[in-house]
Amino acid sequence: MSWILRVPAVVSKELLIEWRERSRVSSLLFYSFALLLMVAFAMPDVRMLGDIAGGALWLGLLLASTRSLDQSFRVELENDSLEGMVLWPVDPLAIFYGKALANAFVLILVASVITPLLGVLYHPSWHGQPWALAAVIVLGCAGIAGPGTLVASLTAQARGSSALLPVLLFPLVVPVVMASARTTILLFQGDPMGQVDNWLVLLLIFNVVHWSLDGLLFARVVEEAG
Amino acid sequence: MISLPHLASLPVTPGQLTGLLAILTIVLMNISRGRVWYHLPSWEHAFGLVGLSLLVDGQYLGLVDAPREAMMGETGRIMYVHVPSAWLTMVVFLFTCIFAVAFLLTGKRVFDLLVESTTEVGIVLSILLQATGMLFAKPTWGVYWDWDPRLVSTTVMMLSFMGVLSLRAALDDADRRATWTSVGAILATTSMGVTYMSVRWWRSIHQMQSSPDTVAKPMVLILRINAFAFLFLSVWLIARRWRIADAQARMDEAPPLPPEVTV
Repeated sequence: MSWILRVPAVVSKELLIEWRERSRVSSLLFYSFALLLMVAFAMPDVRMLGDIAGGALWLGLLLASTRSLDQSFRVELENDSLEGMVLWPVDPLAIFYGKALANAFVLILVASVITPLLGVLYHPSWHGQPWALAAVIVLGCAGIAGPGTLVASLTAQARGSSALLPVLLFPLVVPVVMASARTTILLFQGDPMGQVDNWLVLLLIFNVVHWSLDGLLFARVVEEAG
Repeated sequence: MISLPHLASLPVTPGQLTGLLAILTIVLMNISRGRVWYHLPSWEHAFGLVGLSLLVDGQYLGLVDAPREAMMGETGRIMYVHVPSAWLTMVVFLFTCIFAVAFLLTGKRVFDLLVESTTEVGIVLSILLQATGMLFAKPTWGVYWDWDPRLVSTTVMMLSFMGVLSLRAALDDADRRATWTSVGAILATTSMGVTYMSVRWWRSIHQMQSSPDTVAKPMVLILRINAFAFLFLSVWLIARRWRIADAQARMDEAPPLPPEVTV
């Protein structure tokens, strides 16, 4: 289990790269913001925006995640740094969990910036508890980042990877997007049937399944990645 | 309305006729190519022959012999294509997952090629499933598509496996392609379970799984015949696809030509 000790090092390395290339995170923010605007323009009636706010938020985050996940392994391909890390040796599990945690962190960061913007732009009503929204954002972003990191590791070295990533990732994260969007909409519009807890449990199960399985699969992926 | 005689009253069933025609074709081809007349190029053709005959008879039974469905009338007969394709889609994708795990554990090339073949056959079956499902849904539910757990999770499953095939097509290195396809296939299978569970929390208009207890006796037998027809044909298709993949793999790893001798 000594690989766990290496995870913080990998996380800090990932976040250092993000920090040094701050333009990447900021372009991610502008991308999601522009997307929120575009959804508003595509609607027949702006009064509908309050109803679809939750869905627009998660659609924006999902599309933003494909851009950041794609980058997360692209940077490793220069100078063969992934192979370097494996040979150091860093346990593949540490690499996976480090990268996945860093990706989740970036997504949560984006979510925490655009959620208040969403409140200003879309005027959703609010009937939930703040902790529930925070839980949805954390679990939803983790649910996208976990399988997303594994899928990005598969597609980064394939031809046409930026198109391939969504093709593989979107069907995988259908439950996350569905559960997160449903919960967010319920938090905005009120939850008379008490469904929020069920959806949160589903998000939790999805995260447990993927965060435990994907690490093991990733170990096999990097064996061939060199 | 033309009324056709029941299968049992026919001197020769259409399935037997089809089988005989297929055997005759094989014999004629053997003779024209100068082989012994009973030569069978590979074992899977036996499955193809049996499957084809069963399918023709099974469909005849479904269209003619089977009783009118109590609620859906003649429309209900599409069930004899829809239900077997649903069963076989599940079975074939289950085998995709088993072969993927087997490849990751053993690293034998045959499992990788079987992952490819079963994925492709599974996608064909699931397209058939979706198409017949839509034709079934329009007269019974009034729409071609509904956001129903069964429909959504089947579509998501099909898309996941299509993604696996795209990934496979985009990788050049054989070892890497093999491992990563298996990883993708396992991911696709597991996600299916979670998706199914998540969409169950929506309302559903699709019926629950049928069992022999809930289906009328004469229908059960016809469903079983068709299911075995689909099974045999799937085995045939998977084996044929596997042979193509095997030939391709052997071609890819053929040794390079000897250097040209310059005088």
